[in-house]
Amino acid sequence: MLLQAGFLYFATVIIFCALMVITRRNPVHSVLFMLPLFFHVAGIFVMLNAEFVAAVQVLVYAGAIMVLFLFVVMLLNVEREKIRERFQVKWFVTVPLGLTLAGFFVIILGRSSFTGTQGQYTIEAVKAMGNSQAVGQVLYTDFLFPFEIASIILLVAMVGAIVLAKKNLD
Amino acid sequence: MVPLSWYITLSALVFSIGVIGVLSRRNILIIFLSIELILNSVNISLCAFSHFLNSLRGQVFVFFIMAVAAAEAAIGLAIIIALYRNKETVITEEINIMKW
Repeated sequence: MLLQAGFLYFATVIIFCALMVITRRNPVHSVLFMLPLFFHVAGIFVMLNAEFVAAVQVLVYAGAIMVLFLFVVMLLNVEREKIRERFQVKWFVTVPLGLTLAGFFVIILGRSSFTGTQGQYTIEAVKAMGNSQAVGQVLYTDFLFPFEIASIILLVAMVGAIVLAKKNLD
Repeated sequence: MVPLSWYITLSALVFSIGVIGVLSRRNILIIFLSIELILNSVNISLCAFSHFLNSLRGQVFVFFIMAVAAAEAAIGLAIIIALYRNKETVITEEINIMKW
């Protein structure tokens, strides 16, 4: 009962903040509404016994990516955007398109049963060795090669961001 | 105990809101924020399946999605800054140099 009330609180705040993000006129407000959304998504992760992912969510999303977004929004001229129309001309086509997508989700999810093979990491097994250690064991054994690829992606992003945002390359 | 379908419904709702944001907004920064919304909704559903199937692979995938999202945000914001320096706008309808 308490868990369900907690989930409903987190879900309500997440959906409210998501709606605010896509409807605010000022981009700074949109970015600032993204912040509580990330924190409440981290709360959902804690409810799902994913403590390591929740900590990374707060550090990476709420810490790093949001600061990056805020910097860029402050660099650009937002005053000029305030007087403009915020939605596209064809919004009466695109918004029903998105609602149709949501309807498809409802139909498909209502017909699905969500069965699958159960893994070996039950809540008790994870609790015995700690969530971070369990995730780390899977990450560095089964997913070692994807992990290396992820580090190369981050390196490419670092070089690419510097190259793209620099004024002249010589 | 919260059933799995609640988490999946929340994920589907946030995904749809993100898709509507990508399709209907004109400011390219808000389109970027909507893409982050979509990625977060997928993270919620991956974590939910990982929890209900007693597997940790979903959480590892969330970790990879976060790494790719950080790279995507850095590259995308650099592109936006380069675009603003050349065209003085962040409105998608005014960026039509590739449009014939």
